[in-house]
This record gives sequence, structure tokens and C-alpha cells, in this order.
Amino acid sequence: MLAIDVISTIFLAAGSLIMITGTVGLLKFPDFYTRMHATGKCDTLGQILIILGCVIYEGFTFITIKLLLVSAFYLLAGPASTHALMKAAYVTGLPVWKKGDKRM
Amino acid sequence: MEMTEMKEDHRTFSIALTFCIMFIFWVLLSAWTVYLPEPYDLSKVSRGILAALIVTFLTYEIFVPGKGEKVLLKMRRFIPYVGWELWQIYLATVDVAKRVFGILEVDPQIIEFDTTLRSDFALVTFANSITLTPGTITIDVDPERGRYIVHAIAKGPADSLTVDQTMQKKVGYVFMEE
Repeated sequence: MLAIDVISTIFLAAGSLIMITGTVGLLKFPDFYTRMHATGKCDTLGQILIILGCVIYEGFTFITIKLLLVSAFYLLAGPASTHALMKAAYVTGLPVWKKGDKRM
Repeated sequence: MEMTEMKEDHRTFSIALTFCIMFIFWVLLSAWTVYLPEPYDLSKVSRGILAALIVTFLTYEIFVPGKGEKVLLKMRRFIPYVGWELWQIYLATVDVAKRVFGILEVDPQIIEFDTTLRSDFALVTFANSITLTPGTITIDVDPERGRYIVHAIAKGPADSLTVDQTMQKKVGYVFMEE
């Protein structure tokens, strides 16, 4: 039981750490487009690790399949929502930050 | 006459495959209601079959749109691709983390390139794959020419799409649209 606790805690902590990295990037990056890189990518791996941590903690049951389906659905929905925001910004003509420009 | 028979054949295949997947899905999501208190209760299983049938007849045209045998081959090729994609997600997160903490530089650029992909599912898979792999996000897709507009966070990730083209080849191989 202890080993399972430790392993699932490691997974949950790694997932949370990656989410925090994404948030730091969101605050630190210079413009909208690069900020979407930080959130769009870190969230995907972060949620996979957090769900895996939950799965390991609870043991393998039929609920596991539902959790893994949630994770798989995020792999479709995450990039789609990122793309929708990026396209909206691009179509309305939000300027793209180039190296050496001022922070937006 | 022969044409309609071919079409009929496709339809049977399409309905059968969709029904199998839907029924497996129902069993996975609600199997304990089938075998838990009383094993193999027919009325409960028939409820599942009914639900799967309704969904099958509503969606089989979208779910398995034609081209018979090739569908199974595509599904088989898709599974290793998902494994490779999960590895790319890990690499992408490490890449972004390095840029967040200033180990790698941030030098964004917008690139455009054409691909050989044409079918909806291939285009969506490739667009999502671009967003999940290191340093690139899809901005827009022109389905008629297979043209993608991509925002890359630095020159390295941009080159992996325009010069190496590993992912185009992989997606083209999976969906047989090389």
C-alpha cells in the first residue's frame, strides 16, 4: 500500500509541477501566441500525469477506463481549443512578437 | 447493378464495425451493471445492444466513411502512431519548460507549408499533432490544398516541419495519403 501511495504521489506532484511551469510561462512569455505555447503544451502532459496518479492510487477498476477516456478526450480537445484561440487572434490581426521587440 | 452491390457491401461492413465498437464501448463503460448482481442478465445486455444499435444507425456514415478493408489497416497503423505522439508530448513539455526557464531562446515565427493530406480525419490528426509536438501550434488549415499556417516558437521546431517533415510522412503513412 505504501509503495502505491509513494508512486501515485510522485505522479501527482510531477503533474502539478508541469502545470505550474505552464503557468509561469503564461506570465513570463512576451506575447499572446507564445503564451499559448506554454499553456497548450504543459496542460496536456500535466493532466495525463495527474490522471495516471489517480489511476494508480485507486487501482485498476472499470473507473480506470473512464479516467483514461477523459485523458484521451483531452488529447483531442486541448489542441482544438488552443487552435481556436490562435486562429481568432491571427484572423483579427493581433501582431506577432519578434525577437528584440518590446513585451506586449 | 454491380456498383450498388459494392455500396451495399461497404454499408454492411461500416454498420458491423461501428456496432462492434459501440457495443465494446458500452460494455467498458457500464459492464458492472451487466454482470454484477446477477450474471448475464439478458434484459440488461439487450438494453446495451439497443443503445449501440441506435447510435450505430445514427453515426455509421460518419464513423466509418467507406473504403472497406482499408479502415482496419488504418486503425492498426494508428495505434503505434499514438504511442509516438505520447513521446512527442513529453518532449514538447520539456522543450517549453526549457524556454520558460530561459535555457533555450524564444524567437517566434509564422511558417506556411503544403502537405499531401486531403481527408478530414488526416487533416485534423495532423493539425492536433502539430500542436502537441515541440514548439509549434497550428493557426489555420486550408483543406483544399492541404496548406497549414503554423506558429513556431523558434527556428528549430519550424525546421522540423518544413525541412525534416518526419511527421507529415508518419501521418501520410497512417492514412495512406502520401
